[in-house]
Amino acid sequence: MASPREDQLAQGVWPALRRRGVSRREFLKFCSVMAGALALPHTYADRIVQALEAATRPAVVWLEFQDCAGNTESALRASHPSITDMILDLLSWNYHETIMAPAGTAAEKSLQDTIAQQKGQYLAIVEGSIPLADGGVYCTIGGRTAIDIAQETCGNALATIAVGTCAAFGGIPAAAGGITGAVSIGQAVPGLKLINLSACPMNGANLAATIVHYLTFKELPATDNLGRPLFAHGDRIHDNCPRRAHYDAGQFVQEWGDQGHQLGWCLYKMGCKGPATNYNCPRVQWNDGTNWPIGVGHGCVGCAQPQFWDAMTPFYRQLPTVPGFGVEVTAQDVGIGVAAAVGALTVGHAVVAGVRNARTARATNQATAASGNATIAVPTNETQTTEGQS
Amino acid sequence: MKIAIDPVTRIEGHLRIEVEVQDGIVSNAWSSGTMFRGIEMILRDRDPRDAWVFAQRICGVCTTVHALASVRAVENALGIVIPDNARLIRNLIAGALNVQDHIVHFYHLHALDWVDITLALKADPVATSTLAQSISNYPKSSATYFKGVQDKLTAFVNTGQLGIFANGYWGHPAYVLPPEANLMAVAHYLEALDFQRDFIRIHAILGGKNPHPQSYLVGGMATAINPNDMSTLNADRLSLIAQLIQRGQDFVDQVYLPDVLAIASFYKDWGAIGQGLGNYMAYGDYGTDTQELADTYYLPNGLLTNRDLTSVADVSQDQVAEFIAHSWYTYQEGDNAGLHPYKGETNPKYTGPTPPFDFLNTDSKYSWLKSPRYNGQAVEVGPLARMLIAYVRGKDYVKTEVDGVLKALNVGPAALFSTLGRVAARAIEAKLMSRKLSEWLTALESNMARGDYVIHDNTLWDPSTWKGEAQGWGHHEAPRG
Repeated sequence: MASPREDQLAQGVWPALRRRGVSRREFLKFCSVMAGALALPHTYADRIVQALEAATRPAVVWLEFQDCAGNTESALRASHPSITDMILDLLSWNYHETIMAPAGTAAEKSLQDTIAQQKGQYLAIVEGSIPLADGGVYCTIGGRTAIDIAQETCGNALATIAVGTCAAFGGIPAAAGGITGAVSIGQAVPGLKLINLSACPMNGANLAATIVHYLTFKELPATDNLGRPLFAHGDRIHDNCPRRAHYDAGQFVQEWGDQGHQLGWCLYKMGCKGPATNYNCPRVQWNDGTNWPIGVGHGCVGCAQPQFWDAMTPFYRQLPTVPGFGVEVTAQDVGIGVAAAVGALTVGHAVVAGVRNARTARATNQATAASGNATIAVPTNETQTTEGQS
Repeated sequence: MKIAIDPVTRIEGHLRIEVEVQDGIVSNAWSSGTMFRGIEMILRDRDPRDAWVFAQRICGVCTTVHALASVRAVENALGIVIPDNARLIRNLIAGALNVQDHIVHFYHLHALDWVDITLALKADPVATSTLAQSISNYPKSSATYFKGVQDKLTAFVNTGQLGIFANGYWGHPAYVLPPEANLMAVAHYLEALDFQRDFIRIHAILGGKNPHPQSYLVGGMATAINPNDMSTLNADRLSLIAQLIQRGQDFVDQVYLPDVLAIASFYKDWGAIGQGLGNYMAYGDYGTDTQELADTYYLPNGLLTNRDLTSVADVSQDQVAEFIAHSWYTYQEGDNAGLHPYKGETNPKYTGPTPPFDFLNTDSKYSWLKSPRYNGQAVEVGPLARMLIAYVRGKDYVKTEVDGVLKALNVGPAALFSTLGRVAARAIEAKLMSRKLSEWLTALESNMARGDYVIHDNTLWDPSTWKGEAQGWGHHEAPRG
């Protein structure tokens, strides 16, 4: 005979949402938005509806290590209206220092209960890097080191979601000058079933989408070779940037506040790292689709990329480029050049990104050659670039 | 007997409190920051124009504040005066954070210390409606509305999966609110969750995103302005900001302030608890000119000592020093020295117990946090300090609000030096800042109407224009202090 608890779990997510006063219409809209966020065909919305109607509320524990709680805040800003309520009801959010009611031993009980009672069934979300130097003394919680807690909690989880570039790739504590031996959760606890939602912070909409994907398809979304979900990191910012036409036309902001800046021209010369960054910023945007950094007039800092604090700085230095005779070639060369620079730190990424960009460049060249449009008119002085300003 | 509380939850950061208890009374206490990243060390030898991006990551809850202080420090070193539009945009970002953060602090962090959500299940929705309508004209106040919230809460509790509310201190006698006040507060906890997400879109409009807006520049802002372009700050985006500001003012006036007064009226004993150090300091901020002259600050600087409200001293940054006698660092000239941040050192050296441990060595070094002092004294900063100093400085707009709250609660000024005083100060400041947002937006609009779209001073952007060595300081206070 099923226990009352199992009965409750079997009731599914949709009944739980309905109890919370969510209308059927809002629920269907949510599923449709999620299908969009996951870059799935519209017909998948129906599958999400079916899955959420049947799904149970899996437990989640959210661990914070060397963090700033920026990803916690980003989760609270999940971009679709009422998504926070949705997440609170889609999952059983059992442990999260920044927002949970209990403290001290009572808080730790919530974590330990989840590990003990739902071993192998809960999701672990990790925010912040994990310091391994000097016995882990640079981050302790309840007298235990971050690595100790991570090994127990993530090691017993069904899957681990790294939120933010610190948890995904080491982030700012792992930048040059740091002495704490900070590493990502993937490096700290090898062998986990893991997905990396990088960016500083990650966009809360992508966390919501990842969770819904998991609930719908019973598996984590497909990832790139850095463990990042393809729906969020499959495309370069540069390729989806609304200012891309200005790049192609050689229309660049030259000084902050100049005429080009006031007309929304390309920020490449102001150091924008969009050509070297894979993220869905331009498509999903931030804070309920309100805006994004390039949209406000500041360059991308490449925060979704590994080691961006070192590989993408100085932030205002123009990305290296090879002057070419066609802007498309130049754009692709930019990608290759930067991939190679980052490759000093992440070899695997450099190879794959380079191959992909080279392939795209070839395809583009063939396409432009076939259309007999190989010489795209661009002001020469705009495409000839020199080393950055600093 | 010693007790350790770790983690201290519903804060940003990793905080541990160890307390010594004798006969049920706390006789001594130590606070420890248990995490170190070393951002000071990571910042060395970087391009100073990049520093704000790094510094901002110190905190993702009070996001922007370390960015602003950092960018001001570089501008101070270089002698840059930012354009008026940049000043106004920075004020709008900082002020919006202030309003949003105080509301999040009250409802999502602090309220669970005052509000027993399980008691809300026992409330009478009709009586709750009567209570709500007696303190506010907020439209969502019908018995049907509160019944709906209560039904949702009941269903949630009945699932047995309490999530972040599991293992709370429900039923503790220190919770004294009647069921109806608990239900009203739970309803507003949920309302505020939606509110904070919506309101902070002001940051996305002006800063590209929140958390961690990305539009600061040494020398101004990158927030492009042009009323005749779709990709810049134009009339459409300005009107969205105006709408959000209005929503903020409504929420503060109709929900936050009335709730604070209603809840405080049941916890007046907390007007005598949590007196703290008795020294209060504020750097001041929000000048009316781009020179950032202290005598133009909307919230003035000052130092009050020993709860003396009859005199206030000016504050100077050169009196600030950081101590490490009880922190896991060393100083070249000895660990008892105090160093001004210009001469600051960050040499981490852990000497605490080997983890896992039960207690720290509180007799020696026990924290990753340094101890900042003003003129050798520990001082309290934050909303209470800011409101007290503005009060003593004779700022009528602060005095009116503070006196109004004291009168509403029927308590004297001494009650300000307390936990209750801090809660009230946050709400008062949120109200004041929500009004200033409108003024700053109007000023920005009138600059634009005159054709002033200047957002950045480019003259010293290129590092080759900088002369030799320079040092500078910048200041900005996080909403919570």
